[in-house]
Amino acid sequence: MLDMKKTYVIIGGGVAAVGCAEGIRTTDKSSRVVIIADEGRAPYFRPLISYYLEGKTDLDRMRYRPEGFYSENGIEFINGKATAIDVKAHTVTLDGGRKIKYDAVCVAAGSSPFVPPMEGLDKVEKKFGFMTEDDALSLGDALFPDCRVLIVGAGLIGLKCAEGIVSRCGSVTVCDLAPRVLSSILDGEAASLMQARLEEHGIKFLLSDTAASFGPHTAFMKSGKTVDFDVLVLAVGVRANVSLVKDAGGSVGRGITVDCRMKTSLPDVYAAGDCTETEDASGGGVRVMAIMPNAAFGGRCAGANMAGGDAVFDCAIPMNAIGFFGLHALTAGTYEGELHEARGDGTLRRFYVKDGYLSGFMLIGDDEFTGAGIYTSLIRNRIPLDTLDFETLMQAPSVASFSPGYRSLNIEGWKNA
Amino acid sequence: MKRVVVNEKWCLGCHLCEYNCAFANSGLKDMAKALKGKPLFPRIRVLDGGDGITFAVSCRHCTDPICVRSCISGALAFRDGAVTIDKERCVGCFTCILVCPYGAISRDADGAVQKCELCLKNGTGAPACVRGCPNGALTYEE
Amino acid sequence: MADLFIYPEFEVVRNKDRCIACRVCERQCSNGVHSYDEECGVMVSDEARCVDCQRCVSLCPTRALKIVKSDCTFRENANWQADTIKEIYKQANSGGVLLSSMGNPKPLPVYWDRILINASQVTNPSIDPLREPMETRVFLGKKPRAIERGEDGKLKDNLTPQLELSMPVMFSAMSYGSISYNAHKSLAEAASRLGIYYNTGEGGLHEDFYVYGPNTVVQVASGRFGVHADYLDAGAAIEIKMGQGAKPGIGGHLPGTKIVGDVSRTRMIPEGSDAISPAPHHDIYSIEDLRQLVYSLKEATQYKKPVIVKVAAVHNIAAIASGIARSGADIIAIDGFRGGTGAAPTRIRDNVGIPIELALAACDTRLREEGIRNDVSLVVGGSIRSASDVVKAIALGADACYIATAALLALGCHLCRTCQTGLCNWGIATQRPELVKRLNPELGAERLYNLMTAWRHEIMELLGGMGINSIETLRGNRLMLRGVNMTEKELEILGISHAGE
Repeated sequence: MLDMKKTYVIIGGGVAAVGCAEGIRTTDKSSRVVIIADEGRAPYFRPLISYYLEGKTDLDRMRYRPEGFYSENGIEFINGKATAIDVKAHTVTLDGGRKIKYDAVCVAAGSSPFVPPMEGLDKVEKKFGFMTEDDALSLGDALFPDCRVLIVGAGLIGLKCAEGIVSRCGSVTVCDLAPRVLSSILDGEAASLMQARLEEHGIKFLLSDTAASFGPHTAFMKSGKTVDFDVLVLAVGVRANVSLVKDAGGSVGRGITVDCRMKTSLPDVYAAGDCTETEDASGGGVRVMAIMPNAAFGGRCAGANMAGGDAVFDCAIPMNAIGFFGLHALTAGTYEGELHEARGDGTLRRFYVKDGYLSGFMLIGDDEFTGAGIYTSLIRNRIPLDTLDFETLMQAPSVASFSPGYRSLNIEGWKNA
Repeated sequence: MKRVVVNEKWCLGCHLCEYNCAFANSGLKDMAKALKGKPLFPRIRVLDGGDGITFAVSCRHCTDPICVRSCISGALAFRDGAVTIDKERCVGCFTCILVCPYGAISRDADGAVQKCELCLKNGTGAPACVRGCPNGALTYEE
Repeated sequence: MADLFIYPEFEVVRNKDRCIACRVCERQCSNGVHSYDEECGVMVSDEARCVDCQRCVSLCPTRALKIVKSDCTFRENANWQADTIKEIYKQANSGGVLLSSMGNPKPLPVYWDRILINASQVTNPSIDPLREPMETRVFLGKKPRAIERGEDGKLKDNLTPQLELSMPVMFSAMSYGSISYNAHKSLAEAASRLGIYYNTGEGGLHEDFYVYGPNTVVQVASGRFGVHADYLDAGAAIEIKMGQGAKPGIGGHLPGTKIVGDVSRTRMIPEGSDAISPAPHHDIYSIEDLRQLVYSLKEATQYKKPVIVKVAAVHNIAAIASGIARSGADIIAIDGFRGGTGAAPTRIRDNVGIPIELALAACDTRLREEGIRNDVSLVVGGSIRSASDVVKAIALGADACYIATAALLALGCHLCRTCQTGLCNWGIATQRPELVKRLNPELGAERLYNLMTAWRHEIMELLGGMGINSIETLRGNRLMLRGVNMTEKELEILGISHAGE
């Protein structure tokens, strides 16, 4: 069956890309699988870069798959940047002009930092993004014991960076145009709890404010304040890398448009991970949900389908587990609908219920929130709340709140008769 | 691959599984020394289902484990039918807690996460919860 | 009013170094002995509630617990012993009849322990059961006096219905109500797997257990609870209960609190009403009356099932057995005075009836003398404790043994002898759902199966040692027995020689 061998091309070197390769290999053990990546590094756990700076992990432990995994599974790497997809010719063009023919291609190109135009930015000597292992390594090199760091952006990336470096710096200041930290996932009360915890550990904030222009070591804020810094980190936001598909004539929105089988609008072109937008199963409409599980599942689904399978991934929801200095915030879904609240000793749980289903939740406190995944499964699996004891569940998530029938049907290795 | 099967009907709610679990994973030879006066961090938990029903929940070792796919540090892995954790890698982000649909992952004494690993690593042989269950409410089956 | 005169019988000894306050003991004690003192962070005990059932001891994961007899003593008095004094206090306090459970605990002679078994040496070969076939099967029922042949010279089948047992042991009567659903299920399942029989007692047959009918003996007792045509048809044999070794001469009383749900339905009496079995059968005042019931039951079941008549071992047991044999019964079951019960008046349990060993020997002798031994099979019960008890009973003349206490022990019973409270921590003698569930019948049946399998092996070892290869050959072979520590009269009744003779 030698002539049946196909070539699958995957563009991007992250979690979705590896997931896609693994998905292909679940059914097709022999065809060529080529990953085109431009970071020059074996795939790694991207969220670990802040923990690396904090000293909680090292480069070895950051590898996404063990050494030898790729050769054992016949996964080739090409170091380069894909510049175009020719749908008719079934080729991917690399930056050097080389063309690779494919039978199916998956775009797992991730996202790139978005830096709004700011006057004087080019004069800043030490400025970094915080997306890649390279970013983390160069930022780490630039830090020194008394250095002053300004981070623009109080989102997940900016704050994780702040936590990662604060012990290695003289001062860390975070500014954001939004009036609160983590504005995309926390509401006012939760954000102020989190901000307080970060402040306790020496991180300063300038909120509802941002840099209007820069001098080499100074940020001139909109409010008129000035912030002196030695190192600048730009963590304003990210944009999905959609251009390959868009330029080839495929449908894109904020991310590449894919269906529940991870197919784009172009024939034999799939996409997965942070560069895509999909239907939010929690009712948030079509959106980019750039988180690891969605990339892993989406990539795997794309791979399986590229190799002729019929896999579906239709339960992507936004979710985040993020903690700073022992204060944890676990969030998922969409904050729409009727608000239910449960307060405990140092914990706040907020739930949003719409049309009898849980659409989202936000948990914050000095607690690991054991069992929080049960809330997540209520959203992902669209479990009607009237089939369980939601009042008890809000306080203490437990499979005991599910009906006996649900337990025996849905939990693996379970008997109740 | 064998798994710990929960038989709700026969659970007495005695909580012995929790103590046997914590002991088996303590690395100590004496249960009193391992558990006396210390907070308990079992990897299996007995829950009250109401109407006199109780049952013990531990990792179900799902065939497509969402915790492994979601782990941001590679600490969780799925090998030979078992979901295992490498605590050296865990950074305590609790994403796995956020996604486990059974609430079977929890925090350990050191801030990393812990979960049932079928006693594969602690040298006790068959899962301690199963061996110590007085009423066959937990069984280890293919 | 609390009885201030009675000091707790037991002490709960908790090793503080080992106790990890897991509270398993607290959750497992239906008597409320253990509790957790939140303030001090330690477990505490209310010893007055302890019945020494050993549930907490068995489940304590650190072996931190033991229950010991309190050494708080009355002034010593050989005549007025502590138990007697306490009973007087109890009665002075309550004004009631004292109740007890399980068998007679008094230090009365256990003749099994004074009987020794023979073995072959030199002049006759012993048999190795691992190498040679060994038959432990027995058939219970009337045996034909002679072989009959038809006109064509072929054998005529003149055999009346028989019970076939893979080994000479059956589980004796314990009613659903006195023991739990799960205990019954364990017995039924084990009997079925073993190829022996269990017995419904006077509690009827739960609808779920009709599937075990081929291994079920259905009982008809003086209250006639749960008896109907389908019930009789369901069993492999029918037992008429005239008496019980633990309480000869009196009836039964299952309090209304235990007549709930399925127990009520199965007994066919209203929920909450006391189930009172009269002392006598009101239609039986003579052997002739008994014969009427025996034949009524045979008629009702088309003569397809053997009928057992069960009596307690009492003074004129040999004459009674002779009468029963003539009533048309196929099997006589005799229950000795150490037999168990779910509840009996203490005075009756401890003072009425005679040892099964003597009753068995007397009956077997009498039936032989009268030439009617083959008209009936003899089944004996009342504290058969081991395979050697079984072998001794067979050699004394029994066809098979009934066991119940031993079976309950296999299921977890620790002989705390408080069945009458209904708070059995082992899920056996209780109807409380949270306690009943403590006996997983899968595990229970497995343990019963193990016990009987072990006994069967031991029986074969003992038989082989005697150079005997079947139960049939041993039956009534009293030459295989010798007595020690017995009077001439005892040896005479047992029909055995003294050791050394």
